[in-house]
Amino acid sequence: MGQRMLMKGNEAIAEAAIRAGCVHYFGYPITPQTEIAHYMAKKLPKVNGVFLQAESEVAAINMVYGAASTGTRVMTSSSSPGISLKQEGLSYLAGSQVPAVVVNIVRAGPGLGGIQPSQSDYFQSCKGGGHGDYRQIVLAPSSVQELYELTVEAFNLSDKYRIVTIIQGDGILGQMMEVVEFRDNEPIERPETPWAVTGHENKREQNVITSIHLNPAVLEQWNRNLQEKYRLIREKEARYELYNADDSDVIIVAYGTVARIAKSVIEKAKEEGFNVGLLRPITLWPFPQEAFEKVIDRAKAFLTVEMSSGQMLEDVKLSVNGRKPVYFHGRMGGMVPERDDILKIIRDIYASA
Amino acid sequence: MAIVFQKPKALKDTALHYCPGCTHGIAHRLVAEVLDELDIEGKTIGIASVGCSYNSYDYFGCDMIQAPHGRAPAVATGVKRSKPDSIVFTYQGDGDLAAIGTAEIIHAAARGENITVIFINNTIYGMTSGQMAPTTLLNQYTTTTPYGRISDLHGFPINVSEVLSVLEGPAYIERASLHDVKHIKKAKEAIKKAFTVQIMKKGFSMVELLSTCPTNWGLSPVEALNRIKNEMIPQYPLGVFKERL
Ligand SMILES: Cc1ncc(C[n+]2csc(CCOP(=O)(O)OP(=O)(O)O)c2C)c(N)n1
Ligand code: SF4
Ligand SMILES: [Mg+2]
Repeated sequence: MGQRMLMKGNEAIAEAAIRAGCVHYFGYPITPQTEIAHYMAKKLPKVNGVFLQAESEVAAINMVYGAASTGTRVMTSSSSPGISLKQEGLSYLAGSQVPAVVVNIVRAGPGLGGIQPSQSDYFQSCKGGGHGDYRQIVLAPSSVQELYELTVEAFNLSDKYRIVTIIQGDGILGQMMEVVEFRDNEPIERPETPWAVTGHENKREQNVITSIHLNPAVLEQWNRNLQEKYRLIREKEARYELYNADDSDVIIVAYGTVARIAKSVIEKAKEEGFNVGLLRPITLWPFPQEAFEKVIDRAKAFLTVEMSSGQMLEDVKLSVNGRKPVYFHGRMGGMVPERDDILKIIRDIYASA
Repeated sequence: MAIVFQKPKALKDTALHYCPGCTHGIAHRLVAEVLDELDIEGKTIGIASVGCSYNSYDYFGCDMIQAPHGRAPAVATGVKRSKPDSIVFTYQGDGDLAAIGTAEIIHAAARGENITVIFINNTIYGMTSGQMAPTTLLNQYTTTTPYGRISDLHGFPINVSEVLSVLEGPAYIERASLHDVKHIKKAKEAIKKAFTVQIMKKGFSMVELLSTCPTNWGLSPVEALNRIKNEMIPQYPLGVFKERL
């Protein structure tokens, strides 16, 4: 059996990254994710890696761009305002198909906002925060164990598709301590990197990492290739959890921290005689539309709960596509949805049905 | 018959797209000659920037990355930290390095990042059709200083080599010029020195090259070369500003 450790979410991410073979970390301090940097600063030198505190998030993501271009496993982490600064780099990484892992421990915005938990960066991560027609895989863990497992997975997915993978959490997940059970051997999958810039040593053709194609026909074809890759990812990599959803009347759709609250709602609702289930997207992009097909016939209504004004809600509505009513409950600014408020909405849904 | 002059190996066969009289081409050639002479092309990774030289990877034969505007020193940092035994250089214009990329260049220099920076100072934004750069001379006409650069409105030119040379990190900083054969030879020596400093793992090295942009200066190639000598050198004196070997 693997080693069991009591760990903070942020530390679990950092430990997982090192286990996944990440040797370089570039970042800039921001609450509530700084423990990732602290952990990396301590541990990376011991595995012959490099921890570098950059002059800004802009520089950090570009250091990631350079290091990842050599075929090395690297990561950066930040929180919302810092992730905004990384958007230029994320667009370049997408445009030049360089794999990298980026952690966003989301805090409430807009602007400097606050440091309390939020899910208000869903649009930014899933709909393209930077310029251009691009996508990135977005993973939404909901426990410290899952932060660990999905971080390892993030590196595999990034390398497999030459894409950026975002691990999207919030301050609650980053700060809370839970037991993590580490595997003895990580399931690491690393494809060859014939595209990497390593110095050609006069043995092969020049490799170039670039995103500029001034000929529009060439750039359109380049975009088509990207879209084909995104289609493949949509087809193969959507992940979700269905909980008590086989024959429930109301399906709560929630991810991350909110999905945990939803589970406590479901228990309480059961006591009141309401049959409520949970559809928890684990990949926010690709959004797990197929999960809706599994429950849509039986379900009477969907209730999306988010720590935002209703961002994932748009994808839920697209997936349900008018076939069933979709309700919404959201808190903002760092406020967390409460069990009893959600229960009240469920009672109302039953009453109106 | 003996070959007395030929294209450096480190340059590809592609025809340059630079305007007639533009010294970007000369700068490319000098860098390529140095890569040949030091026999390092095979382990060199170049970082192209955003400016007229955005596609310098079409000309240099080494592995290359195209960096976002101003970020080349950060990208170079990532490369060098991953592959410390490779040779890493950036090739940046003055808009790229001295305006949008000020933070990245200062911190790469301050860290003593073991990379070489080729800095093309042509006192203008060439690619975007001749706007003011931080290096634009006082009274210089540009498309965004149509009445000349006036210090009250636009501030003063930045002497990047002098600014960076006050830092501990840099090992070698020299400003050279491309306006005549004698100075081109000196520029080549400076570039060779800068790469040698990197090979010796001494830290950050930079060569600032005073360069022409006849197109946006509205001058003929010859007039442009004369402008370097008569107007730019007084503001940007040539020489070694930092040598810590
Ligand atoms: C983020 C961003 N801002 C602006 C531009 C537009 N742009 C392209 S090149 C350039 C100026 C380049 O000037 P310089 O670095 O001096 O290079 P030169 O063309 O003179 O060699 C600008 C502003 C851009 N590509 N990206
Ligand atoms: S616009 Fe200026 S810098 Fe650009 S290629 Fe032409 S002469 Fe050179
Ligand atoms: Mg310029």
